[in-house]
Amino acid sequence: MATVWVVAEFDRDGASGATLELLTAAREVADARSAVAFGPGAEGLADVVGAHGATRLFALGDDAIVGAPRAQAAALGALASVHRPDLILFSASYEGRDVAGRLQGITGTALMGNATGVVAPDRARTEVFGGTLMVDVSLGGATPRIVLVKPRSVEAASSGGAAAEVERVMPALPAGLRDATVVARHEETHAGPSLDTASVVISGGRGLGGPEAFAMLDDLAAAIGGAAVGATRAAVDAGWVPYAYQIGQTGKTVTPEVYVAAGVSGALQHIVGMKKSKRIVAINKDREAPLMRMADLGVVGDVATVVPALTEEIRRRAGS
Amino acid sequence: MNVVVFAKWVPLGTPELDEGRRLVRGHDDGLDAGDEFGIELALQLTEADGGEVTVVTMGPEGAVAAIQRALAMGAHRGILVTDDALAGADALATARVLAAAARRQPFDLVIGGVESSDGYTGTVPATVAELLDLPSVTFSRRVDVDAGEVRAERQTAVGYDEVTCALPALITLTAGATEPRYPSVKGIMQAKSKPLDRVTLSDLGLAAADVAPMQSVVAIEAAPEKPGGEIVEAGDDAIARIADLLAEAKVI
Repeated sequence: MATVWVVAEFDRDGASGATLELLTAAREVADARSAVAFGPGAEGLADVVGAHGATRLFALGDDAIVGAPRAQAAALGALASVHRPDLILFSASYEGRDVAGRLQGITGTALMGNATGVVAPDRARTEVFGGTLMVDVSLGGATPRIVLVKPRSVEAASSGGAAAEVERVMPALPAGLRDATVVARHEETHAGPSLDTASVVISGGRGLGGPEAFAMLDDLAAAIGGAAVGATRAAVDAGWVPYAYQIGQTGKTVTPEVYVAAGVSGALQHIVGMKKSKRIVAINKDREAPLMRMADLGVVGDVATVVPALTEEIRRRAGS
Repeated sequence: MNVVVFAKWVPLGTPELDEGRRLVRGHDDGLDAGDEFGIELALQLTEADGGEVTVVTMGPEGAVAAIQRALAMGAHRGILVTDDALAGADALATARVLAAAARRQPFDLVIGGVESSDGYTGTVPATVAELLDLPSVTFSRRVDVDAGEVRAERQTAVGYDEVTCALPALITLTAGATEPRYPSVKGIMQAKSKPLDRVTLSDLGLAAADVAPMQSVVAIEAAPEKPGGEIVEAGDDAIARIADLLAEAKVI
């Protein structure tokens, strides 16, 4: 009987959506499922992780462990050496990648990043080359195997399970463990919704020509209302917008009602992050760009004229 | 201050597959753009405080091009780890090699990119930090080093954290954290005479078993293709068509 652990992430609003997705995926491959959560308030997740299939919740509710990936990995490694799970699932988030990577340094076991599904306790799926190929990878060696699942790859569903049994764990951490210290946390409020929840996502690529062109996308987003602005890795690498804008393989995965791509050629690593959008509009001067071929509507033209004209048209319709 | 920077040699253009669906390497390969931000930071830190920048690359002989680019930007020395046993190396093997190569010289800071632009696993730097017994600050979008301490802005899902970390430490840099310089002609000339160590696994004290891949591909399936739509020229009624589509989707 396979045992799978899910490393839960939560904030003041409760468990993250990705955590519930991981628990849903775990139900397909394991009979014994536990969640592990770090930080004060961890035990408060018992209901929600139970309702998504975990029967046990390891709550490491220590203040000192918050934002400390090294301590979290050490505690998780120690806990895993006692309970011996076959598989530990992480969300491929900023924190998840830190803790999973460090855990692999401790366990020396197999790790797979950017999975889009879990096939078996020793097998996971990923998508390569812009999601054109689905690859199942077998993870050998000893346990626990480690898999990071890209958020929004699996649809979360309730199992209707009862609250998980809480096991409070006070980790015995190695002495003298140096970690980085979080001095202050800052929330950056963007106008409008986040990329995760927006019904319309407008993304900019290298075809925009420069950072100032993103103002044009902001205008369009404002005219639509409920739209968020994102970018390709190429635009982020060029320093035009921050990393938080990045949509693609390792950036965000978005699934809006409409995805509007402005000056985006459609590199494979970008397509992975947006191909599940319900409708795709591409504006590009290159008719042959890969994203044009997969768009529901491709417009061959200069983004610098098409985008403002579209903003104008939407304002006109809203006013009439 | 001595800095070790990891640099990867990757395909820069659209990846091509051979008939066995393996990545075709060798044309249009070069230094991963995501690594240039860290090289730039390392150069700035050593220019201010002295010390050396060592660039570490793992890959076949052709990967020396990644090191040469970093040396041309101004790095002082390079280490190329090449070994037949490293073909198909997974994340753990890569981390073990990079950690062992970093240990070959004294360092205050180790710098990596947040993820490679071909493999995208995004966990290797954290594993290296664990193997080197170092604290880490990953996803740094702004970094200052002063008085033996790193101060960084670390990207988070909702904004950023201000983080401090005593040296020695490992950091990873997001795109845009620095503005990488272009190699000058003088830099390119000087790069040719800079020290470059070519090492094998045994030079690093590693055995083939330490880097044996634990993963194997067991199935490949083509994903269902999304049928394309319609392509129209700008002008005409293109603007109205986009607006109609937005209206149909009930988002305006």
